[in-house]
Amino acid sequence: MIAIIDYNAGNLTSVKRAMDYLGKKSVITGDYSEISRAERVIFPGVGAAGRAMSDLKKRKLDMALKEAFKNKKPILGICLGTQIIMETSEENDTQCLGIISGRVARFVYDQAKPEDAKLKVPHMGWNSVNFKRPHPLFEGLDKDSEFYFVHSYYPVPDNPSNILGETDYITRFASVLAAGNLAAMQFHPEKSGTPGLTILENFSRWDGEDNVK
Amino acid sequence: MLSKRIIPCLDVRDGRLTKGIKFKGNVDIGDPVEIAAQYYREGADEIVFYDITASSERRDIMIDTVRKVAEKIFIPFSVGGGIRTVEDMRQVLLAGAEKVSVNSAAVRNPAIISEGAEAFGNQCIVLGMDVKKTKVTEQTPSGYEIVIDGGRTYTGLDALEWAKRGEALGAGEICLNSIDADGTKDGYELNLNRLISSNVNIPVIASGGAGTPEHIFQVLEDDKADAALIASMTHYGTYTIREIKTYLHNKGIKVRMTW
Repeated sequence: MIAIIDYNAGNLTSVKRAMDYLGKKSVITGDYSEISRAERVIFPGVGAAGRAMSDLKKRKLDMALKEAFKNKKPILGICLGTQIIMETSEENDTQCLGIISGRVARFVYDQAKPEDAKLKVPHMGWNSVNFKRPHPLFEGLDKDSEFYFVHSYYPVPDNPSNILGETDYITRFASVLAAGNLAAMQFHPEKSGTPGLTILENFSRWDGEDNVK
Repeated sequence: MLSKRIIPCLDVRDGRLTKGIKFKGNVDIGDPVEIAAQYYREGADEIVFYDITASSERRDIMIDTVRKVAEKIFIPFSVGGGIRTVEDMRQVLLAGAEKVSVNSAAVRNPAIISEGAEAFGNQCIVLGMDVKKTKVTEQTPSGYEIVIDGGRTYTGLDALEWAKRGEALGAGEICLNSIDADGTKDGYELNLNRLISSNVNIPVIASGGAGTPEHIFQVLEDDKADAALIASMTHYGTYTIREIKTYLHNKGIKVRMTW
């Protein structure tokens, strides 16, 4: 069973629908013990970091996530979920989970590049990811695949080894992160057509080991 | 680099497409779910549904359609038409739409934009604008006026002012439809798109007037728009989305070519 973590953050049903389409059993849940029992965990989310963290804490789901990570359970972070696993976020000045060290920054135009000013925030639409190394979750993807992004903030990991993929928009940012049994992406696999479904399919079979066999 | 989006628009009445849509080599089909799935397979980047049902049962029928679409397509889609309250928005989003668009209702009650953005995030709220060319006056300094109720009611609102206000209220995107260009197949209203796009910092979807891939190229080049809405070009099988995208790609516009 795959637990899709429910913390009031929206976008849960679209992840669930994608798992249903793939024929994978999943449940939307905010229940600590149900998450503990789950084989794997999806941490999705659309919304603001401050509110998300306080909702997580209220339901003790911050602990559930940290535990799942420690217990080597495969975890998939999506969009806001990918930001919340960092230490801090500039959005609402939020203390986050700190599963990956680093911060979350807002897109800011470089004064030296006035042409960037016409790039709009949020970064919304289809963009590509430059993968720096292979990973079990991203096997079978066409190298020209694009993914659907909607966000104004992006993760900045301290350790470059956590950066699995990068995307160019205003700046070059870490759009896919990896840390052992956790993989997280800033885009929405559940809204990214066939390549997105491939990632979710891969996740549903992933053993949590970060090496391509 | 972000790709420009190609977005087919489907008009739905009573849960059926208003006209049967004929793809190349296919028969007419009137089921919006099937057509949306077909566009998804053909490489649409997003899909827009516009509900023109007049009856009072409209909501339930449309919600049912949205739910079925959401089970089959895994790209973003938006729903517009008759959305007047935050509760209307919630139902459509819960049924699986990524975004909702408000048009006449937002002119009558601008707070719907901010309330919707507050409840669901800016990225969910699309401000639909129907625009008609008018005289440059003190009231309409841009020379473009907002019309509502499907083009029947003139509001006296200046289009540029309204776009800026919509952004300030929290709209995450603007769908900019030129009533003058709509249905002409003579091309998008380029001046209007340039004017609005260069004055707001949210994406603009150009709508109205597309007849050829060249028209789409014209509105996407130089960032006059971030996305192009299409209808009859693909609905009747004149072009496929791949043909349109290949044309744009060859002319140097970044579009998603793999799906």
